[in-house]
Formats: sequence, structure tokens, C-alpha cells
Amino acid sequence: MQWHNSPARYGLVSILLHWGVALTVFGLFGLGLWMVGLDYYSSWYRSAPALHKAIGLCLFAAMLLRLVWRFLSPPPPLLDSYGPLTRLGARLGHGLLYLGLFAVIISGYLISTADGRGIEVFGLFEVPALVSGLPNQEDVAGLVHEYLAWGLVSLSVLHALAALKHHFIDRDVTLKRMLGCSR
Amino acid sequence: MLKKTLATLALAGSLLGAGQTLAADYVIDKEGQHAFINFKISHLGYSWLYGTFKDFDGSFSFDAAKPEESKVKVTVNTASVDSNHAERDKHLRSADFLNVGKHPTATFESTAVKSTGEGTAEITGNLTLNGVTKPVVIAAKFIGEGQDPWGGYRAGFEGSTKLRLKDFDIQKDLGPASQEVELILSVEGVRQ
Ligand code: HEM
Repeated sequence: MQWHNSPARYGLVSILLHWGVALTVFGLFGLGLWMVGLDYYSSWYRSAPALHKAIGLCLFAAMLLRLVWRFLSPPPPLLDSYGPLTRLGARLGHGLLYLGLFAVIISGYLISTADGRGIEVFGLFEVPALVSGLPNQEDVAGLVHEYLAWGLVSLSVLHALAALKHHFIDRDVTLKRMLGCSR
Repeated sequence: MLKKTLATLALAGSLLGAGQTLAADYVIDKEGQHAFINFKISHLGYSWLYGTFKDFDGSFSFDAAKPEESKVKVTVNTASVDSNHAERDKHLRSADFLNVGKHPTATFESTAVKSTGEGTAEITGNLTLNGVTKPVVIAAKFIGEGQDPWGGYRAGFEGSTKLRLKDFDIQKDLGPASQEVELILSVEGVRQ
């Protein structure tokens, strides 16, 4: 399979980024919900949030890479068979997914760095706090993070349902071309 | 010369004494923040964790000659809790601990003051915390009073009491060594 995207199909880089980000988003969502309910004496009480933050920051790097790659190697255009409403829905949905991803990641970062502390990534390096000390920063960022995480995951489910509709009802290559096939 | 000075001092002393027999009203010095409401709780039984409430207000009336007639009232903004760690403070404000969305204020109002010795007293009163009102006894100590350098008159106290978290419906269990928190109030009032 080719690395880069072509007008007919997605290349390997985009496909790996797409499915990697999808898996990570659902994983972080589950991890996030689970970790905030942990007992103080659970052996995961400290490591689960550390993992959540470290994986989340790697996701940020992947998203930056995704944006750069989108610019270097543009994705194949929407299928000709889409009607105007489908086009609008797809563009809007994909735009919101990008926006939501960055917003959830940034709000999470703003919780942990509210007092000027950096975030340790797998004990390898520390991402410094850039913005701290805003009024009620950790509380506001926390609420935004919680609501937007639910919003992002709901939108992702909708996105997946739309892909399944293309595959099983419209019987087009929308889903297949994100799996590496061109027809 | 010396005699005259002594006489003046004695006069000043008696005037001051006369003034003190009237219970005076004081407002906690919030403007200059010569007042602290701190707490202290054991971490796993291995160390003490200290925190503070940054925003509170209150007043008291006090007469050194009649300590039993003293009164205290303090109102605390629970969201102002600060333990020098943003993630923990967010957790402390959540429903696991102080539930500040639902119970934004905590109050203490004294109902009785009993002198227990030279400059010490037991202040009994109602504490409302996390929506639960329970009587508590604060062991208080008079620190000092007198003119300040800027034309005012001040008096200060320190007191502490221990609370069981469960008594105030605080749900999170921090382990056997951390069932109780000590509240430490250190306040200076400016006479009105
Ligand atoms: C797509 C990425 C992410 C998703 C889907 C996600 C999802 C979640 C969810 C569902 C929660 C639980 C919210 C609650 O019920 O209170 C949570 C909590 C949290 N997340 Fe994320 N998260 C993501 C990325 C990040 C990042 C990048 C960071 C930091 C660098 C982060 C930091 C936090 C923190 C500190 C909490 C705990 C909040 C608390 O103590 O209540 N998250 N996340």
C-alpha cells in the first residue's frame, strides 16, 4: 500500500493515524470515566491519571501530525455519489471532530497545569505549564473537559454510524477506502 | 519627673481598663488578611497535609473581663479551598468532599463560651459544613490585644477543633488514619 493519499484512496499514514486516534479517543474516554471513580487505596489511583494524561499528550502530537499530513498529502475528495446534504454533513462533522479533539485535549491539559505544574509523559520528559492561574482554572477546565469528552465521543459514534450507513445502505466505498481498499 | 510619668501611665492604664469593660465588636481583618482558616489531615498516617480557605469573613465581640459574653460568627466560601495542588483542590471541591456547587458556604456561629483558664476558652457553636449542621467545640486561646500602629485597636485568637469527615457527610474514604480533620482558626479582629 502507498504511504501517501491519492485522489482514489487513503494512504497508510492517514489510515494508521485515523484508526490510532479513534482507538485512543475511546480508550481515553473509558480510562477517564474509570479513573475518577477509583478508590484512594486502589493501586491504579496514581498511575491511571498519569497514563490518561501521557497518552492524551501523545494524541495531541498525533493530531498535529495529522493536520500537517493533511496539508502535505490531501485526502481523496468526497465521493461523487454524495448528495448536497451528505457533503455538508460530512464536512461539518469532520470539522467538528477535529475541533472537539483539540478542545478536549487542551481543556484536559489546562486542568493539570492550573497551578503551574508540568505534565510528566511516561517518565521520559515533562510538558511545561504554559497557562496557569486563570480564575478557577482547574474547575472550569474540568467541566469543559467532562462535557466536551461526552460530546466528542457521541459525535464519534455518530461518525461511525454514518460510515456504516455508507457501507451497508448506500453500498459505496466510503468505509472501505479508510480500510485501504479503493473499490 | 519619674513620678509624673508613672502617674500618667497609671491614668492611661485605668482609662484603657475602663474601656475594656464594655464588650467590643470586632471585624475579622480580611482587608489585611491577618486571619487564616487552615486545616490539617493525616496522609496515610505518614505525614500531615495542610490546606487553607482563602475566602471567609466574620466578626466577634470580646471583652477580656467577661470572656463568657463573647460571640463569634464566621462564614467561609468553601470553593476557596486551597491545598497548593490544582488537581487535588478540584477534587476537594467535588461531591467526593466539600460539594461546593451545592454547598458554597460553611458557617460557624457560637452559642456559648466557657473560660477554661488564663486566656483560654471553649467556644461551643454550630458548624454548618457540606449542608450538615452539628455542634462543635473550639478550644480557643487569646493571643493578644492592643493599639495597632495605625490608629486602630486589634485583638487576636487562635482556636482548633477536630471533625470526623463522616459526621459532615463527606463520602470519600481516605483510609483509617484520615477519618478526622483538624480545623485551625487564627484570626485577628479590628475593633469597630
Ligand atoms: C480525546 C482525548 C481525551 C478524552 C476522550 C478524555 C476523556 C476524559 C474523561 C471522560 C474524563 C472523566 C471526566 C469526569 O467524569 O470527571 C477525563 C478526566 C480527566 N482528563 Fe481527560 N480525556 C482526554 C484527554 C486528556 C488530556 C490530553 C489530558 C491532560 C493532558 C487529560 C486530563 C484529564 C484529567 C486531569 C482528568 C481528571 C479530571 C478530574 O480529576 O476530575 N485528558 N478525561
